[in-house]
Amino acid sequence: MSVLAAVLVYWIASLALNVWLANRYNTRLVRLVVPAIFGITILVVWEGVVRGLEINPVLLPAPTAIGVAFAGALDTLWVDFVQTFVKGALSGYIIGCGAAFLVAVAVDRSPFLQRGLLPVGNFVAALPIIGMAPILVMWFGFDWQSKSAVVVVMVFFPMLVNTVQGLQASDHMQRDLMRTYAASYPQALMKLRLPAAMPFIFNGLKIASTLALIGAIVAEFFGSPIKGMGFRISTEVGRLALDMVWAEIAVAALAGSAFYGSVAMIEKAVTFWHPSQRGQS
Amino acid sequence: MRSILPILTVVLAIFVLWYGMAVKLNAPWAYDKAKRADVTLSFSEMVADTWSQNKPRLPAPHQVTREIWKTTGAMIAKGKAFSKRSLIYHGWVTLSATSLGFVMGTMLGIFLAIGIVHNRAMDMSVMPWVIASQTIPILAIAPMVIVVLNAIGISGLIPKAVISMYLSFFPVVVGMVKGLRAPDHMQLDQMATWHASRVQVFWKLRLPSSMPYLFTSLKIAMAASLIGAIVGELPTGAQGGLGARMLTGSYYGQTIQIWSALISAAVLAAVLVGIIGIIQNITLKRMGMAR
Repeated sequence: MSVLAAVLVYWIASLALNVWLANRYNTRLVRLVVPAIFGITILVVWEGVVRGLEINPVLLPAPTAIGVAFAGALDTLWVDFVQTFVKGALSGYIIGCGAAFLVAVAVDRSPFLQRGLLPVGNFVAALPIIGMAPILVMWFGFDWQSKSAVVVVMVFFPMLVNTVQGLQASDHMQRDLMRTYAASYPQALMKLRLPAAMPFIFNGLKIASTLALIGAIVAEFFGSPIKGMGFRISTEVGRLALDMVWAEIAVAALAGSAFYGSVAMIEKAVTFWHPSQRGQS
Repeated sequence: MRSILPILTVVLAIFVLWYGMAVKLNAPWAYDKAKRADVTLSFSEMVADTWSQNKPRLPAPHQVTREIWKTTGAMIAKGKAFSKRSLIYHGWVTLSATSLGFVMGTMLGIFLAIGIVHNRAMDMSVMPWVIASQTIPILAIAPMVIVVLNAIGISGLIPKAVISMYLSFFPVVVGMVKGLRAPDHMQLDQMATWHASRVQVFWKLRLPSSMPYLFTSLKIAMAASLIGAIVGELPTGAQGGLGARMLTGSYYGQTIQIWSALISAAVLAAVLVGIIGIIQNITLKRMGMAR
């Protein structure tokens, strides 16, 4: 009981601190500190509740137990990470986004195809494509090629729709200016339309970055060699070793956040001129 | 209306591609069969065979359509619409989990957005974690969520709905925060001159002006929660649902069954998103916001 009381006191104290900080100051430091305090509070409350109520570790392990499992299985986690993230997700991401980009640029010259592709692409992007996973595993075998294929199919349409939309983003005035400069089609594409499309393209890349990891992990549920994050999660759940499962989830969350973050950083460098980026520095 | 022709062209191209791929992927098996039977296949015989195999690598569209008809329309005709072999039954299982998760996710998302808009501390502390929460591949840990919830005695509909909720609350939060902040300074000042309380500003200004944003995010949320429900059905223990259909199909190599489940899921997604679109049109028209 005393553990629970301490957790409650800590919770209220950190909440009060956050409210005080947020209403008092508005600096960059506070913008980092406030969410950090919130996150740490969640971890502490989690730990305290698990210990205070003596929850069975088979149901919900404490953060410290997860940390121990994480540190104890670094080798396995690394092997799984390479198999799922580097081989499966990353290769599929590059192939899928690259292909979608090229198709969008190719389609760009024909308004007829654009009008047809946009609604169909939007429709397909809303479909439960993840259901293709068992079929693709059947076609490409159990190793990372099939995971990569699932990722390609998943990221292709969101990326295609965003790029096609982005290529239409430059307005008539700008295109007319290009014409008065006697710019050829490739020149106009390189100097005006592609740069103007960058915010849309990066939006697609960001959506695709979270989809890629999900696709690679879920595809492993349908069959995989004896490594990989999805494989590990499903087998460790079967053995009720939930601390290991949570360690694997932590790896996935870290990899996903890092992936998303790096795409966002590149976006910041490339589209520094866009209003949504200018306000923040 | 002028985009009907282009769309039809693209759809036609997809079908042509589909039939072509079916020939290419199924041809080895057709030739193999012919070799064992000691007959030589002409090209047209080979093509006919690739479009009518029992367990093809890629079933042709008409095979999938026939399978869907067999498990929906024909079942109704026989009066067994809700037997376990009918796709209507499985679709219903998925649909109920999807809609429960969608409603819960929408509620959670709207409440979070209201808190974020009205409370600075909440904005600063919750918003980054809402975004971070989506980088955790919940779909990947769906099996664990289901096993754990099963262990504490919650099974059936709720675990799947929880996964749907987790996926669908995010677009609603982001869209609603944007929408509730959509009124500009001029409008907020006007409310201030009328001495409107925060509650009144919320009901009379912020909520109405957030509607277009809400509907856009509801469409995304609906698609996401269908995906969540299907993936929630994949792990063992799911008795019914389109996801379970796909899994059993993949165990027994019944490609036609996988594809028919996939196509039904696609139709279900299209219908659900379409319904929201219709509600959106009616609401926005009555509120005078239709474009």
